[in-house]
Amino acid sequence: MIDSSAAAEPLQEIEGPIEFSPEELAKVEQLKGLYPSSKSAIMPVLWMAQKKWGWLSVGVMKHVAQVMNLPYAHVYGVASFYTMYFKKPMGQYHVQVCTNVSCMLRGGEAVYQHVAQKYGIGHNQRTADGKFSLEEVECMGACGGAPMVAINEDYYENITIEALDRMLDDLG
Amino acid sequence: MPNLSEQNFPKLILPDIPNLHKLDVYLANGGYQMYRKALTMQPNDIIEEMKRSGLRGRGGACFPTGLKWSFMPKGNDKPKYLAINGDESEPGSFKDRAIFEFNPHLLIEGILIAGYAMGIKTAFIYIRGEYHKWVRLTEEAVQAAYDAGLIGPRMKETFGGDYSMDIVVHKGAGAYICGEESSLMNSLEGDRPYPRVKPPFPAQVGLWGMPTTINNVETIANVPVILRMGAEAYSKIGAEKHPGTLLLGISGHVNKPGVYEVPSGLPLLDIINDLAGGVPGGKQIKAVIPGGSSMPILRGDQLEGVMMDAEGLKAAGSAIGTGGIMVMDEDTDIPHMLRRLIHFYHHESCGQCTPCREGCGWLEKVLTRVDEGHASSSDLDLLVDIANNIEGNTICALGEAAAWPTRFTITRLREEFEAKVKPDAALPVANVVHALRESSYRPAVVAES
Repeated sequence: MIDSSAAAEPLQEIEGPIEFSPEELAKVEQLKGLYPSSKSAIMPVLWMAQKKWGWLSVGVMKHVAQVMNLPYAHVYGVASFYTMYFKKPMGQYHVQVCTNVSCMLRGGEAVYQHVAQKYGIGHNQRTADGKFSLEEVECMGACGGAPMVAINEDYYENITIEALDRMLDDLG
Repeated sequence: MPNLSEQNFPKLILPDIPNLHKLDVYLANGGYQMYRKALTMQPNDIIEEMKRSGLRGRGGACFPTGLKWSFMPKGNDKPKYLAINGDESEPGSFKDRAIFEFNPHLLIEGILIAGYAMGIKTAFIYIRGEYHKWVRLTEEAVQAAYDAGLIGPRMKETFGGDYSMDIVVHKGAGAYICGEESSLMNSLEGDRPYPRVKPPFPAQVGLWGMPTTINNVETIANVPVILRMGAEAYSKIGAEKHPGTLLLGISGHVNKPGVYEVPSGLPLLDIINDLAGGVPGGKQIKAVIPGGSSMPILRGDQLEGVMMDAEGLKAAGSAIGTGGIMVMDEDTDIPHMLRRLIHFYHHESCGQCTPCREGCGWLEKVLTRVDEGHASSSDLDLLVDIANNIEGNTICALGEAAAWPTRFTITRLREEFEAKVKPDAALPVANVVHALRESSYRPAVVAES
């Protein structure tokens, strides 16, 4: 799964020092202890890092490599495989529209097109003010509530363009 | 047969009990009693009970669960692991989510019984990353069980005996391939989640090189139910060779989409019309994918008499998969649907095996041409040819998962595709690559009988 859209943009980096706090480092150690091998904690630690910094820059991944005692290449290899680990900054509100078959059958593509036109952004792009980003996602497991949209971590099912518009306008 | 919506089917996995996800409610309804019962049995007798019940895996392959458990080596000379597959990423499947939300303690109790039966002390529940809410709900249920001394070291005091089990909830990060069991293991180990070559099978060499059993969420949720009812009674529910209730996720063009718990072996058409309320506007059904997007599609006129269980769907030329029923009405643009579906497989191919990595891309390119009206009839044969060259040539089943929908959709609904293609001469750009291959070899497309 290669995200070719990431390659087209200049490399960005988070400003300021990139370091977990002592409490977070203690959490990392606790996560390592959950598994027979500490390497397994890489996914939860990447989730922690993404929660803290919003996305996984090269600097963040290098820091994760350091606290995980793993080569940077390994951390990059894992992080780059999964679509939910962001390799570039996303919007404050990450709007994920499903257009896979069950949602497509119930109008998911029109919802996606609407959001894309509303903000003038495409797949995995964000608005200039950094408020919204858009992702055309694969099946999110909400087929019974199609069409569905997820904003950050929350699902909104049986969505209509009008209801989504109201929600997005409330956010920004 | 009377209307299915008026029948009182047993609700074994998702009973109508409010707040069952809360530990006190679950305990008040006989919760964790089946684990107590399990402790009075010999581990091997539990495995035999599962075999007698006829329980088959609910993750798609329908493998007999008791048999799978019996592959685990006996003895405790090295650690053994249990992985619960809650990656649930197959388009059209959304049943495990209902268990995480409404009955997570049934899953936890099933894990304890499975762990005791196989001598496993650590279990991992792998849940897809998009399920933020359901990961949280499951973590809360696991934590509540820890706090009450129902799992973890304190369970020896609670239940007596010398057995204890730790459960870790592991969150994925958005990769369909992690639902493949060996990929799931690599993901859990912290590696890039490429599927592994089998053999060795997980029961010999699994997580961290140790014996491992991987079961679907719904499969494990059935385990306490079987101990409660007894294998004999359970095996009499639904279809003889695929007994028990199934959580069917119905989506697409139906009036009442959702998850329905029904006995196996009901007529597919009655499920769509009675339970899911039929097709909006009284339209005809053009096609149905009966078991999640990877399973062969059935034409509307192939649905009469099709039964929803493993054997019934096999006889109809499809498979039950995860029980995700996707209904498409008469206005559905089938080539467009297939293009969208193959885009998914192309996106989710892990890239390890060339036939899948490249083949899915080619399928998507050609299907895009078909969908946009720039293809000729021979392109449809080309698609089937590519699909045939993916199938069987990859490490894991994602190859088949992409090849089957392509081949079956084109052969079963070919007229839908023919309506979108043009004669070669009418194409705006000559397809040089295709013209070259036409001069050498053209595979014969075997029409289905």
